[in-house]
Amino acid sequence: MVGFFVGLIMHWNSNRLILILSSSIGKKLIMAFTGLGFCIFLLSHLAGNLIIYAGDDAFNSYAERLHSFGPLIILAEIGLLFLGIVHISTGIYLFYQNVRARPGRYIKKRNAGGRSIGSSTMPYTGFLILIFIVFHLIDFHFVEKTDRSIYQIVSETFSNPGYTIFYILSMVVVAVHVDHGFWSLLQTLGVNNLECMPLLRVISSAISLFVGIGFGSLPVFITLIS
Amino acid sequence: MTKANGEKCINLKLKVWRQKTKDPKGRLESFKAENISKDMSFLEMLDVVNEEIIHSGKDPIAFDHDCREGICGSCGAMVNGRAHGPEKGTTLCQLHMRHFSNGDTVVIEPWRSRAFKVVKDLVVDRSAFDKIIQAGGYISVNTGGAPDGNAIPVPQEVAEKAMDAAECIGCGACAAACPNASAMLFTGAKISQFALLPQGHPETKKRVLAMVGKMDELGFGNCTNERECEAECPKEISIINIARMNREFIKSAISP
Repeated sequence: MVGFFVGLIMHWNSNRLILILSSSIGKKLIMAFTGLGFCIFLLSHLAGNLIIYAGDDAFNSYAERLHSFGPLIILAEIGLLFLGIVHISTGIYLFYQNVRARPGRYIKKRNAGGRSIGSSTMPYTGFLILIFIVFHLIDFHFVEKTDRSIYQIVSETFSNPGYTIFYILSMVVVAVHVDHGFWSLLQTLGVNNLECMPLLRVISSAISLFVGIGFGSLPVFITLIS
Repeated sequence: MTKANGEKCINLKLKVWRQKTKDPKGRLESFKAENISKDMSFLEMLDVVNEEIIHSGKDPIAFDHDCREGICGSCGAMVNGRAHGPEKGTTLCQLHMRHFSNGDTVVIEPWRSRAFKVVKDLVVDRSAFDKIIQAGGYISVNTGGAPDGNAIPVPQEVAEKAMDAAECIGCGACAAACPNASAMLFTGAKISQFALLPQGHPETKKRVLAMVGKMDELGFGNCTNERECEAECPKEISIINIARMNREFIKSAISP
């Protein structure tokens, strides 16, 4: 990943850069790099959130330590926002181009067994995740934090069964998106070959299950102990 | 429907896309295919139906075909929503009627993609694939007497991979079956066969950018790794060739 950008910068030429990044594989690479960024974020976010299992004190002190990084956190947030804008705008453009690539639809079309639930729903699961993120930020990020600990905020938010169901369903959608997305980024980055293809599929499914169950179990655990 | 001639023959109802000119307006027209031997190929069945259409003074169903041995890549149509029909690793000419049952309704449509224009009925202009190959340019081979066959050693496993990629017959099923009408399996296979062999090496970096650029310019869609292409490819070419193309593209982007 770093090598790719170092290479691009070393051979800097704006025309060439536009040619490469605007090509079909260039756009795939943009989706792959930004998607990889989100996968790394998801795993680190989950690692932090799983501290909830160690109790409210441990979780609150983790949140405090995280916020003590100050400007670094703001920098990371700006980075994530940038990744989000690039991922979404490139995804929308790809979706538009792909619809445009077949003006006359088939009257009868059957899948040959290549498509999975994840692969055929990527634009739609992506859109649902965006809606979830908006609510998620409103509920946990832009919420009033002065008089309550982060654990209290989490606990109070998940005390609403409607929100808990929305959260768990959203995590199922995230898992479906990651299941195809992670494997797909490995294929786009050219990691795939005939020997390691089954293993890459398993790794991708394992990560998606870990993310889905990891996040999805949090409201269940919080509801049970409260 | 008349009774089929014993167990060796079947009767079918065909719904075939009819389109008189390049004007994309068309419709499904119904035909009866009667007393079709199960030993016939799909194209032979269409020949029989066409005979009757010609006898009745109408315009026969136009379809592409050439070798009828599954190696030229001329034939191809969507049969009941599947490229080259329901059998795996089969071209339309090698699809036999024994895979259909008496009384079946068979919907036949041409390949559909912005880059593949329907010329008439099931005939599709696939010159877009030729343009991608042309964009790839040449490979450096010295002129003069034919070089010794063993002068450039190629490891057996590399030769096998190159041959797997070179099996592509350019039929267009990959782009036709792809939910995004992407031609990445075709382009990946063509780039792979040259990138793997020493003869194609000097131009590898230039070639991948040129072929991918042409593919995009022609209006093919973008690959979203749906894997429908390799599932429908009559030569069962793997998507690892797309991964190899991606690698070659990245290499070319990093150091031109």
